[in-house]
Amino acid sequence: MPRANSIPWWRTRRMRDVLFQVALLLGVMLLIAAMVNNAAETLQRQKIASGFAFLDHTAGFDIVQALVAYNEASTYGRVLLVGILNTLLVAFIGIVITTIIGFAIGIGQLSKNWLIARLCRVYVETLRNIPLLLQIFFWYFAVLRALPGPRESWGLFDTVFLNNRGLYLPGPEAQAGFGFVVAAFAAGVMASILLAIRARAVREATGRVMPVDAMAAALIILPPAVASAVAGFPLHFSIPALSGLNFDGGLVVLPEFMALVAALSTYTASYIAEAVRAGIEGVAKGQTEAASALGLTRGQMLRLVVVPQAMRQIIPPLTSQYLNLTKNSSLAVAIAYPDLVSVFAGTSLNQTGQAIEIIAITMAVYLTISLTTSAFMNWYNARIALTER
Amino acid sequence: MATPARKPPHVVMPGPIEWLRENLFSSWGNGALTISAGLVAWWTIVPLVQWAFIDAAWVGTDREACLPYANGACWPFITQRIGQIVYGSYDAAERWRVDIAFAILAGALVWLTVPGLPAKRSAGTAMLTLYPLVAFVLLVGGFGLEHVPTEKWGGLLMTLVVAITGIVASLPFGILLALGRRSELPVVKTLSVVFIEFWRGVPLVTVLFMAAYMLPLFLPGGLSVDKLLGALIAVALFSSAYMAEVVRGGLQAIPKGQYEAAQAMGLGYWQATAFVILPQALRLSLPNIVGNFIGLLKDTSLVSIIGLFDLLNIVQVGTANADWATPNTAFTGYAFAGALFWLMCYSMSRYAKYLEGVLGAGERR
Repeated sequence: MPRANSIPWWRTRRMRDVLFQVALLLGVMLLIAAMVNNAAETLQRQKIASGFAFLDHTAGFDIVQALVAYNEASTYGRVLLVGILNTLLVAFIGIVITTIIGFAIGIGQLSKNWLIARLCRVYVETLRNIPLLLQIFFWYFAVLRALPGPRESWGLFDTVFLNNRGLYLPGPEAQAGFGFVVAAFAAGVMASILLAIRARAVREATGRVMPVDAMAAALIILPPAVASAVAGFPLHFSIPALSGLNFDGGLVVLPEFMALVAALSTYTASYIAEAVRAGIEGVAKGQTEAASALGLTRGQMLRLVVVPQAMRQIIPPLTSQYLNLTKNSSLAVAIAYPDLVSVFAGTSLNQTGQAIEIIAITMAVYLTISLTTSAFMNWYNARIALTER
Repeated sequence: MATPARKPPHVVMPGPIEWLRENLFSSWGNGALTISAGLVAWWTIVPLVQWAFIDAAWVGTDREACLPYANGACWPFITQRIGQIVYGSYDAAERWRVDIAFAILAGALVWLTVPGLPAKRSAGTAMLTLYPLVAFVLLVGGFGLEHVPTEKWGGLLMTLVVAITGIVASLPFGILLALGRRSELPVVKTLSVVFIEFWRGVPLVTVLFMAAYMLPLFLPGGLSVDKLLGALIAVALFSSAYMAEVVRGGLQAIPKGQYEAAQAMGLGYWQATAFVILPQALRLSLPNIVGNFIGLLKDTSLVSIIGLFDLLNIVQVGTANADWATPNTAFTGYAFAGALFWLMCYSMSRYAKYLEGVLGAGERR
């Protein structure tokens, strides 16, 4: 027999949850539909064709730095590729440099030397409290502009030159047969990976430790060296030389690139330094005490006990800083370094007017990078998580 | 058995020589490190002080005043343009309105941060609800005040407007999103996660581009959007995703017993959330909310990319002005803007650190 005062079916908890969610979903869908509808109407009125056909049209503008073949006759699709590669280049170089600075400053903050610790602290507190864009402007408009002109360049061994037009490095030029060297190098890397896996299995099964580092180094260095000698040293370098008003030959690093990398890496390093410091401080004191009780030297203690445990805490914030650096490289647009935002969301958008498509593609590229990185992070966290018994 | 009175341990304060030996010259290697670090510091600080103070030009009205000081800052560049740097092109006769808005803000900040002053909660609530309305009327106009279009806003005013609107708007959205992400309802949870991860996955520059180029398309009838309003919407969406993660951190730190106790008292979801969980979670998140605000304040400089004249952009445009072309103008401008940003951000980060100490006090034994 039903109770007289039972809750009506549409007010039960379950039903309420379902109704609420249906309403929410409907609301969101209506909002999106209205936006799409408005956009379609506006585009029709402005006579802008929507769709991705523009990617095959000729872009007609030049890009000062392209890692793949590009000229004014290339398509917008090609512009997108050039932009992505330029973004990845800045991000990669920036990440390498910021890691070095960040770890140095982070460890320096914990130095027993009072002055070193203080200076590292000042570095962190100064750089992370000033907007990144200001730091980019500072490097680009103040520091690099103050460099001498091409005729008064600063030179190093007459092969490397620095002036306000850029950094001129010897440019590698692959000759016939260089493919063999690359193949030998790749084979060496593969062999070292297999060796490391094998060594680990041997160590876990028998306790015997193989000298993996030395063997891997030999495997990676020797085969390319031999291949290079056999093929007659197929890598030449073109040395930059002053001809007329500017330098000719060699590899040119744009001032925009230098300013961006300098600002991104020094700024991000201040955050990495904090992560490193927190990670090392987070290793329980008992661990270092136990290590010294076991008779490990200070070097062994750091290498075998402190660092592996600190890395567990350092890697998650480190990865998110790498990601921040990559996203922040979009500030390139402010000094016209030809990154993804600058050439695609900037120049291409202005020329084609395809705002929705271009911004959607740009965001999708960054989202892909972000989500891939966080997927990797989750995998890594699961892998290194403490297995407690 | 009487225990003998315990004497406090005898502490020897090290003398200055001993302190030096202990902290700077404990070994040959350490001594060498100290000397090289000292040289680095010396070579940075001395030229900086010389440039900024001793060799600097202090008075004048244009570049002529600065040119003789080839190795020093050109401070007239700042003093002559201070009005622009603070207010942008805001009508000079109406600038008192901005001053009042600034003054209320400064007063409220002092009230909220100085420990021991009463009614902090009401003051905070008023700042989050009433102040935006008052500031809006003061800055935009209405109620007898002359209308000042946002195209005239700029400088420090623009920077603070974007940062404060961003943080005030992102607080309620962020809280809702954080609750949504922890919800047991699958649709709510999915929508929240997608929203949060989307905005956190893209750079702010692209969000600002979106506001500038895409937003007008999405509105009915090609309604044109005020450039500043577009930027504010972009910043609010962007920062609410980050705010959501900060609040979620606070929510995660609340022990399960609190939820259970609230349920046992017969409180429903919203009652338990509003009266038991959120007050504790927000208290715990406060240091990180301040941290978020620091990030946002720094990020406001990006609005210059879509053509708004914030503090940095005003300075940047000034350095390119031919009237002020000297070798030191750019350095001077960046030094001033950098110092101003640094002062605001550093003091807030100290405050966040202090809050962490105060809020953690109950947890420690």
